[in-house]
Amino acid sequence: MTGHIHVDSVKTYTLVFLTLIVLTVVTTAVAFVDLGPFSVVVALVIAVCKAMLVALFFMHLRHSTILTRLVVVGGLLWLLILLILTFADYATRGILGVPGR
Amino acid sequence: MDSHSHEETLALRVQFDTPEQQKDASVLGMWGFLITEIMFFGGMFLAYTLYRSTYPHIFAVASTSLNVYIGAFNTVVLLCSSFTMVMAVRAAQLGQRKAIILFLILTLILGGAFLGIKAFEWHEKFVEHHIPGQAGFFLEGIPAEGQGHAQLFFSLYFAMTGLHALHMVVGAGLLIYLIVMARRGIYTREYFTPVDMIGLYWHFVDIVWIFLFPLLYLIDRHLG
Repeated sequence: MTGHIHVDSVKTYTLVFLTLIVLTVVTTAVAFVDLGPFSVVVALVIAVCKAMLVALFFMHLRHSTILTRLVVVGGLLWLLILLILTFADYATRGILGVPGR
Repeated sequence: MDSHSHEETLALRVQFDTPEQQKDASVLGMWGFLITEIMFFGGMFLAYTLYRSTYPHIFAVASTSLNVYIGAFNTVVLLCSSFTMVMAVRAAQLGQRKAIILFLILTLILGGAFLGIKAFEWHEKFVEHHIPGQAGFFLEGIPAEGQGHAQLFFSLYFAMTGLHALHMVVGAGLLIYLIVMARRGIYTREYFTPVDMIGLYWHFVDIVWIFLFPLLYLIDRHLG
């Protein structure tokens, strides 16, 4: 009955875990270096990498069905719509002479 | 072809054709729930980012006043708990009852440690008069007219870390339920869906913190 389940090795989980710890140390150390506006970029890129590791390995997304993956990607698209449209609004409010602004 | 006339078990409820189908349905449903959670926290991240870009200087000073070492340490504690959680799920996949219980208890302890450290950090804010709405709220390095915007930062800080901690408390309750059920020997190689699903929830809460930590503690650190 377990033919459908992929049991990952302890080694895999340990390597992912150690990578997550290293990335945490790196992002904390890099935060003290003045990279100007790139501080945000570096912090977020590292955060996205960590989240991907957790989602793919710890949450077993790399073994999941196509349907589950599609739903996850679809959900993230909705998050992007929330973020991009709202930021687009705030970023461009000053450009047009909107009455009542 | 009488697949619907099977005896009902935990691993194969009457409405499913195969145990695999039942497991896939559970995973899909759990992710559906987690996406509502992503959208919920997404709104908070959105509000934080907008106010941060509106008052960049004040938010930088306020953000730098947080204790980055405690934040980083707590991140490590939470990642450890995610590791023990995934080991509990692995033990469940292999049907190792004692290992499930052991790793669930470790996860619970680490989750409790995270909450304890968080409570210590919140207490520190209270002592420093950095609680929004607190009489005598004062953030050093900010002129009097900017104190309101500094309170805005701390309102968002407490709302976001508070809601995250609330999810941790719920997760701790779920872990206690799992430990009780695992002790009763409910979970087998064939049926361990609750361990799997609560694992997904626990890792999701971890991912939220993975974004909270840099956004609240780190991105303006080089200015301070």
